[in-house]
Amino acid sequence: MSEPVTVRFKVNGTAREGRCEPRKLLVDFLREDLGLTGTHAGCEHGICGACTVIVNGEAARSCLMLAVQADGAEITTVEGLATDGKLHPLQEAFREHHGLQCGFCTPGMLMTALDFLRVNPDPTEAEIREAVSAVLCRCTGYQGIVRAVEAAATGWAAPNWPRSP
Amino acid sequence: MKPPRFEYHAPATVDEAVALLVRYGGEAKLLAGGQSLMPLLNFRLSRPAALVDLNRVADLAGIREDGGIVRIGAMTRQRALEFSDVVRRRLPLLAEATRLVGHLPIRSRGTIGGSLAHADPAAEDPAVLTALEGVVVTRSPRGERVLAARELFETYLTTSLAPDEILVEVRLPAMDPRARSAFEEFSRRHGDFAIVGIAAVIVGEGRRCTMARLATAGAGPVPIRLRAAEEILETAGLEDRAIEAAARRAAELVEPDSDIHASADYRRHLTRVLTERAVRRALARPGGP
Ligand SMILES: Cc1cc2nc3c(=O)[nH]c(=O)nc-3n(C[C@H](O)[C@H](O)[C@H](O)COP(=O)(O)OP(=O)(O)OC[C@H]3O[C@@H](n4cnc5c(N)ncnc54)[C@H](O)[C@@H]3O)c2cc1C
Ligand code: FES
Ligand code: FES
Repeated sequence: MSEPVTVRFKVNGTAREGRCEPRKLLVDFLREDLGLTGTHAGCEHGICGACTVIVNGEAARSCLMLAVQADGAEITTVEGLATDGKLHPLQEAFREHHGLQCGFCTPGMLMTALDFLRVNPDPTEAEIREAVSAVLCRCTGYQGIVRAVEAAATGWAAPNWPRSP
Repeated sequence: MKPPRFEYHAPATVDEAVALLVRYGGEAKLLAGGQSLMPLLNFRLSRPAALVDLNRVADLAGIREDGGIVRIGAMTRQRALEFSDVVRRRLPLLAEATRLVGHLPIRSRGTIGGSLAHADPAAEDPAVLTALEGVVVTRSPRGERVLAARELFETYLTTSLAPDEILVEVRLPAMDPRARSAFEEFSRRHGDFAIVGIAAVIVGEGRRCTMARLATAGAGPVPIRLRAAEEILETAGLEDRAIEAAARRAAELVEPDSDIHASADYRRHLTRVLTERAVRRALARPGGP
């Protein structure tokens, strides 16, 4: 069936649905069908990481998933980080430590860092550098990003972070 | 770029998946983690009539130990391998190699079955299958087959799997508890495919080596065992001179090609250097008497 299919999943806690061809990439579905343009599409082949979102609790490239594959899943995008107009502590750390310039990589960087800090809440600097190498940043030279993730990890009494996302 | 049009199926069982492959007579592609196939579709380098998505086949994922064999479902994510207790304890070589595959978000989706079926010569999982003398189990309308690494990998990105055949399970013998292992690779950036990688497993006491296993990634069209180099360690022991001789022999055993990433000579050089490093790092590990 290459005819349109119905896709239903939860994004940032809200049930959403739409119809699309099976070949539609998750990143395009989020941006075009659901209007969630915070997630960026860069290379569309898995290299740049700009499109990284959290799918069922784990960071994944949304350009390497079909929207139809996310049917039934729980997804968190960068729009789901702030609550009631208040930045997420990780976003706060990025702002504080100049973890962004143009902001193109930032949504993917944040979702990647969020997943990383969940599996490794007390990382070394080398581990942070390895983790953020999953996303290409052409502006910052990474120094500010590494400092931001470091600060977030230090300031992060893990349980105090919003449980979801 | 966006994928070309295709028909999409997400069967719930292996039998249904095999039936779909038969129905499309070689024009369908299996979709596992998509970390290699989706880029090919997005670039339209691959234009299958249909995709048969294995992600809803529940019983293809899982890790269990069964009489000294670790059985890993083909759809087991590389991320699951990375955090698996069984893998950490029983297959430390696989645990180490897995962390070298791309990045965490890539491993969230990528599967061991997909990596083996894709048969990238520089991939880590094929080298581990080779080093640990594991097998893969496949299903097709003709029944089940059990294939060793050298029967599976034919050349660059090519396996002996038929178009209607599904890799369903990977079986790796649990490593000897005395074994010490290391996976050494060189790549220009963390997360890139290795230019060359070497898997080493050593069982020995003091300077005596009772078993050595050395396997390559990226040093030729398919991963190979460096048997003649292993024999040097098994006969001459684990002295510096023997390790150096084994590494030199390793470089003679590989037949690398040149490409945009590296020349054949450079890959041969890396084979020597990384063999030596892998053996030394394995020996520096605790474990083993
Ligand atoms: C940025 C990036 C970096 C990467 N770095 C590395 C790296 O350093 N090392 C590395 O090894 N890999 C790397 N990869 C590749 C990644 O690990 C892939 O996951 C893996 O090679 C393919 O597994 P998959 O499950 O994603 O398979 P898919 O992409 O879904 O499939 C790959 C191929 O195998 C076939 N196939 C899949 N499953 C089966 C099955 N069960 N039976 C028969 N055929 C099957 C498919 O039809 C397809 O032809 C990287 C990928 C990306 C995007
Ligand atoms: S757009 Fe997905 S990784 Fe670049
Ligand atoms: S801030 Fe511009 S690419 Fe990272």
